Amino acid sequence: MKSTIATALTLIAMPAFAEPLTVYAPDYFASEWGPGPAIEAAFEAHCGCEMDYVTGDVLPRLRLEGTRTGADVVIGLNTDDAQRARDTGLFASHGVEIDGLTMPIAWSDDTFLPFNWSHTAFIHDTTRLPDPPASFADLVAFDSDLSIAIQDPRTSVSGLALALWVKKVFGDEAEAAWAGLAPKITTVTQGWSESYGLFTDGEVDMVLSYTTSPAYHLIAEGDATKQAVLFPEGHYVMVETAGMIAGTDQPEQAQAFLNFILTEDFQSIIPEGNWSLPAKLDPTKMPEGFSDIPLPETALIYSAEEAEALRSDAIAAFEAGLRR
Amino acid sequence: MPLLAVGWRGLAEATTGLRPADWAALRFTLGQAAVSAAISVALAIPVARALARRHFPGRGAIVLLLGAPFILPVIVAVLGLVAVFGRGGVVNDALGALGIEAVSIYGPHGVVLAHVFFNMPLATRLILQGWATIPGERMRLAASLSFGPAETFRLLEWPMLRAVVPGIFTVIFLICTTSFAVALALGGGPRATTVELAIYQAFRFDFDLSRAALLGALQLALGALAALAALRLSLPSGFGAGLDRVAQRWDSASPGLRIQDALAILAACLFLLLPMGLILAEGARHVVDLPGAVWAAAARSLVLALTAAVATVALALAMAHAVTGQKGGWVEVAGTLSIAASPLVLGTGLYILLLPVANPVALALPVTAFVNVVLALPFALRALIPAMRDLQADYGQLSASLGLTGLTWLRLVALPRLRRPAGFAAGLTAALAAGDLGVIALFAAPDQATLPLVLYQLMGAYRMEEAKAAALVLVALSLGLFWLFERGGRHAAT
Repeated sequence: MKSTIATALTLIAMPAFAEPLTVYAPDYFASEWGPGPAIEAAFEAHCGCEMDYVTGDVLPRLRLEGTRTGADVVIGLNTDDAQRARDTGLFASHGVEIDGLTMPIAWSDDTFLPFNWSHTAFIHDTTRLPDPPASFADLVAFDSDLSIAIQDPRTSVSGLALALWVKKVFGDEAEAAWAGLAPKITTVTQGWSESYGLFTDGEVDMVLSYTTSPAYHLIAEGDATKQAVLFPEGHYVMVETAGMIAGTDQPEQAQAFLNFILTEDFQSIIPEGNWSLPAKLDPTKMPEGFSDIPLPETALIYSAEEAEALRSDAIAAFEAGLRR
Repeated sequence: MPLLAVGWRGLAEATTGLRPADWAALRFTLGQAAVSAAISVALAIPVARALARRHFPGRGAIVLLLGAPFILPVIVAVLGLVAVFGRGGVVNDALGALGIEAVSIYGPHGVVLAHVFFNMPLATRLILQGWATIPGERMRLAASLSFGPAETFRLLEWPMLRAVVPGIFTVIFLICTTSFAVALALGGGPRATTVELAIYQAFRFDFDLSRAALLGALQLALGALAALAALRLSLPSGFGAGLDRVAQRWDSASPGLRIQDALAILAACLFLLLPMGLILAEGARHVVDLPGAVWAAAARSLVLALTAAVATVALALAMAHAVTGQKGGWVEVAGTLSIAASPLVLGTGLYILLLPVANPVALALPVTAFVNVVLALPFALRALIPAMRDLQADYGQLSASLGLTGLTWLRLVALPRLRRPAGFAAGLTAALAAGDLGVIALFAAPDQATLPLVLYQLMGAYRMEEAKAAALVLVALSLGLFWLFERGGRHAAT
């Protein structure tokens, strides 16, 4: 009996002959309603192989698993987390030649390959708030009747992007800016969904989201009343990336997946799959409606190293400013 | 054990102490939990009493619906509460119409409001169980002695409350200590930071395992203290055996008491059902459009719920039996305490333990079932321990003199008399497991998503309406399970 179990366990532990490529991805990415399934189908047709997603909190899971990780490729890490991911030492160079990106920032990272991006922005409903603040400074000084829902930078990537945005725009005055925002911040939620739900239910006038959010309402719901408020100071950019695990047992397939990322087949799934902007897609190939979305002129971003270095300061400014 | 695993990995990584902000978080956590638990229990007593002594059409439905808020996904509950108490909510609209200035839900009182919304119905259900344990014969005796409501309360109901309330208070206190998404959303910001949020931040954002384990251990230690203190206060009720007849109440027929009870029930229903109704009604229109993936997830949640319910009741029966034996106090404390374990630390610990031996992702559903058993155990014990104590006190000697032990004892003595609390425990566990999100999010593969996870996926993809429809399905599923188990327990008892 014992030996039978042992044999069975060995069989389970042994890699199967044609093992599928394992891609770690955030839950929203690989869900039925994210871009994951379409990308999986396109890649499998492209390479004639199989791939599987494993979902969850990508970075904490990688750090728990260390070199024992079962991942071959990781997708969905954003730039603000990139340095931490790099520091795990688990990643190989992405090995893809980058040119012709349709992003507002230059890209030189050779570990993480960008696949989509968005500006962080406040969204308002034009019927409820016809005259939104004209600039970030105006928002800070705005009438305290305004109500905003944001995400907590301690628990959410979009919240962290806001904290870094405030840091980028206001520098050493970040804490004072937060204190100015405080009376208008109705509430701070753990994640994006709670905030956005409060906004669509009419509880708050504005919500922290992305400049691409109005595209969903416009294209999927035919609703043009949701608009991003554009600030002349510029908007913090969040770039999502993919990377290859150095210890992968399927380097060729992993490389094939990374090579696939900047192709049109992959990129054309992004706009309406992830409601985000593709890293490299001819503007004429964008779905109708997307090109009508107004985008800010100035894009702000910290490099992975800078974001990592400023992270605690940016969060401390948020905590201190809102506790004042 | 999982906690130790996180601690071990944490020690291996680094060591950091507590920060000043952690102490602030600790004070806030304990303060809001104590207030929330006290208010929940205080409000639950009149409602439970009203439900215990009144019989009217629809009573069964009300008792069943009392189980609903507790299993609502946090995000749905928050939106529901905001629809009633928020800036643009029903309450402020009414106040505005009367010319009264709007009240804000956001702040420490909002946190307490949400926790009372979640836990008051649970407390009512548990206390109602207590009322059901007062034998009908005692009520008849009370009536023949012309007891008024005051005497009935002093001599019959107070001893019962004394036996059950401290345990219930503790359980709710502990639940409130591990809350964070609700506390944050309705607390209005960083001032409402709880220890669980600090754990989440340490684990997910900073990956500082030693800090996560330290905070988790701190939370657990405080929970242990609270559990010990509360259980010391609880006394067995000692009513003796009865014939399990439904108690008719002759003491509470006066119109004043009738009105009082009617008001208690009405107020509770309004407070609990309005927020749920507003959100779920929106979902009702979209239920038919829900894609197949949602129904598949619902089926998975159903299996998970049934597995967890069976396992929990089996374990709880064994533990309740041990508790009533010698040195049982520690078993009771351990069983109560598992609720104070941070679900995140628990899940992570299991992940670390499983990683060297198996693929944790392949085990996502069994692990989720296991964690739910651990988390539901305190509730099952709260329902079963008092019943088991009474069973031992009333029938222990008879069983011993007849030499009834082991399976025979279980079949002839224990099961027939414990069916009602066991049915309640199974129903509650099933409902909780169906609504659980905590651990599955850490482990799941895309094709293993449960209903609550799918609900969050829908919200994350802007599909708020469909998410509300999924919430409706979830509530219906959980209540259906609850109803079936309870019905099974009740039928067997009559």
